[in-house]
Amino acid sequence: MKSLKIQGLSVAVEGAPLQEASARQGKTVVSEVNLVINPGEVHALMGPNGSGKSSLALALMGHPAYQVISGLAMLGGKNLLSLNPNERAKLGLFVSFQNPIAVPGITFGQLIWASFKNITDDNKRDVREFYTEVKKQAKSLGLKEDMLERFINDGFSGGEKKKAELLLLLSLNPKFVILDEIDSGLDVDTLKIAAKVIKGLVKNGTGIILITHNQKILQYVKPKYVHIMKEGKIVQSGSLKLVKEIEEKGYLSF
Amino acid sequence: MNHKGLSRQVVEEISAYKNEPEWMKKVRLQALEYFQEAPMPNFGGDLSGLDFNKIHYYVKSAAGVKNSWKEVPEEIKKTYEKLGVPKAEQKFLAGVKAQWDSEMVYGSLLKDLEEQGVVFLSMDEGLQKYPELVKEYFGTIIPINEHKFVSLNSAVWSGGCFIYVPPKVSISLPLQAYFRINAKNIGQFERTLIIADEGSFVHYIEGCTSPVYTTDSLHAGVVEIIVKKGARVRYTTVQNWSKNVYNLVTKRAKVEENGIMEWVDFNNGSKLTMKYPSALLVGKGAKVEMLSLAMAGAGQQQDTGGKAVHLASQTSSIIRSKSLSHHGGITSYRGLVKIAPRVKDVKSKTVCQALILDDKSVSNTYPAIAAIGPNCELAHEATVSKISEEQIFYLQSRGIDKSEAEAMIVNGFIKPLVKELPMEYAIELNQLIRLEMEGAA
Repeated sequence: MKSLKIQGLSVAVEGAPLQEASARQGKTVVSEVNLVINPGEVHALMGPNGSGKSSLALALMGHPAYQVISGLAMLGGKNLLSLNPNERAKLGLFVSFQNPIAVPGITFGQLIWASFKNITDDNKRDVREFYTEVKKQAKSLGLKEDMLERFINDGFSGGEKKKAELLLLLSLNPKFVILDEIDSGLDVDTLKIAAKVIKGLVKNGTGIILITHNQKILQYVKPKYVHIMKEGKIVQSGSLKLVKEIEEKGYLSF
Repeated sequence: MNHKGLSRQVVEEISAYKNEPEWMKKVRLQALEYFQEAPMPNFGGDLSGLDFNKIHYYVKSAAGVKNSWKEVPEEIKKTYEKLGVPKAEQKFLAGVKAQWDSEMVYGSLLKDLEEQGVVFLSMDEGLQKYPELVKEYFGTIIPINEHKFVSLNSAVWSGGCFIYVPPKVSISLPLQAYFRINAKNIGQFERTLIIADEGSFVHYIEGCTSPVYTTDSLHAGVVEIIVKKGARVRYTTVQNWSKNVYNLVTKRAKVEENGIMEWVDFNNGSKLTMKYPSALLVGKGAKVEMLSLAMAGAGQQQDTGGKAVHLASQTSSIIRSKSLSHHGGITSYRGLVKIAPRVKDVKSKTVCQALILDDKSVSNTYPAIAAIGPNCELAHEATVSKISEEQIFYLQSRGIDKSEAEAMIVNGFIKPLVKELPMEYAIELNQLIRLEMEGAA
């Protein structure tokens, strides 16, 4: 498994395909961020809306609208920032998006197989065996089987979208994961399922950045580190105790 | 007989060389006059690059007509192999007509078809063996003075297919033909006539592929189909002319009582394609269904669509058109649904879907509906969508590279149409699209 090292990373928004980004076009959205996440560690990233958490995730994945101004991001000793998003995925990075986009014309089943083949280089895996496995995993997440025949995120409910991202996580088994509000809009049962998936990954040695606004998931996952992000900067890092402080005083005091 | 340019003398020579009946020579000469008088089309694409004096109007193939595969020259076989013809033949073939330059060099007809009375010949042979039948129908569905390129084809036509299916005969395997332009400045003016007698069924497939040339070429084909009472004809085209070819084809079917015409049309290649398969629904209960896919890349324009003319009551038409434009290509849908006066209980539906792959590319829609009688249902839907940067990013973030991501979206878009093709063609088309996406084709 691999460590993620972020050094002095600053990011500006170039184009504006995202709503959130458009308001701050051309502005620096991530500023001088330093983070080291080792295999099997979970780091919670919290902060007010628009503080740059999603921007950090998107920039690390290589979204074309986000331009790295300065800094480094290394995954397992390789420079992520010089790679295409698909090469970053192949290196083991997985970002679960806050609101993954619909792609009509491609079924979720097609996506998951294409993804598996591209990322894992596993040429021996039999496609039918793969789908049998995926269907089992889908069931364990409370997803219906016909999900694989539906177009990617097209007409998916909020919960289904999150579960679809979890299903991808389960079948791809990535080396490093950023979860952008995987818990938002989930009912308590689904939240428990999500926590279980995350714990499974951690057990495997996957490093995780968990972006969230809610205490609930933190109670289940129990991250060792908590970082608070404000105006693009990490303003404070600490343990789970920080969450209590946030709960009591809000972000204004940081 | 390999000279360029067009004159009365050239037309007379073609007719004499083919040893045609006098009436056909007269038709050709009459058509030549219409051609010379007719203006160029004032819609569609730019035809100013066409120089009628630089086109060969008839090229005789050295190989001559062959009736068995063994006798086909090795070199020609190799070319077809590259085009995937033999494979298609082995598995699907009921009969093959492959046009080499302007003549058939290879023809085979399975015995059981022959025994059922099915006629599957080159148009030239058809005229020799069944002159009355040809005379009865030639130019009746598409008049020789319809427009400049129909007149031109009627004057200098060569090759193409002649098919007659007797009453109640149903041909289970598709009949196939391959067309190819293989020399500089050769115009292909193939002429096809299909007569499906009462209650019969035939599926005809033409696949056009051709290598790249440096000078402009013209393909002006004419296809006439007669669907008699209760008969059904499906005509499938997979077209991939090289990107300097002007592809101007006129296709029309006359559909009698309870007959069904199905046009399946895939347009990939050419510099400019102008093609609007049409149907004259002349009998009560006649139906037409048109499925088309047009794909335009750099420097290409696909001006395609469909026409349905409802001349009888209780007739119906369905037009489904999909188009893809990429690398600056232009696709246009041009359609017409016409209902004659006093015709009632007509149903017609047009669905146009366009997918644009980048900012440089263009898609246009020009639908037209003329006249509406009592109790007629007409529907038209048009959607244009664009592959977004966000979608590509999402797929990339899942490990799929950009060109594969685009190809996956495109394949999803065209899938409902591709599944209408026999498997070999579907595979060929998917490969072709992948190459086009990568800019390698």
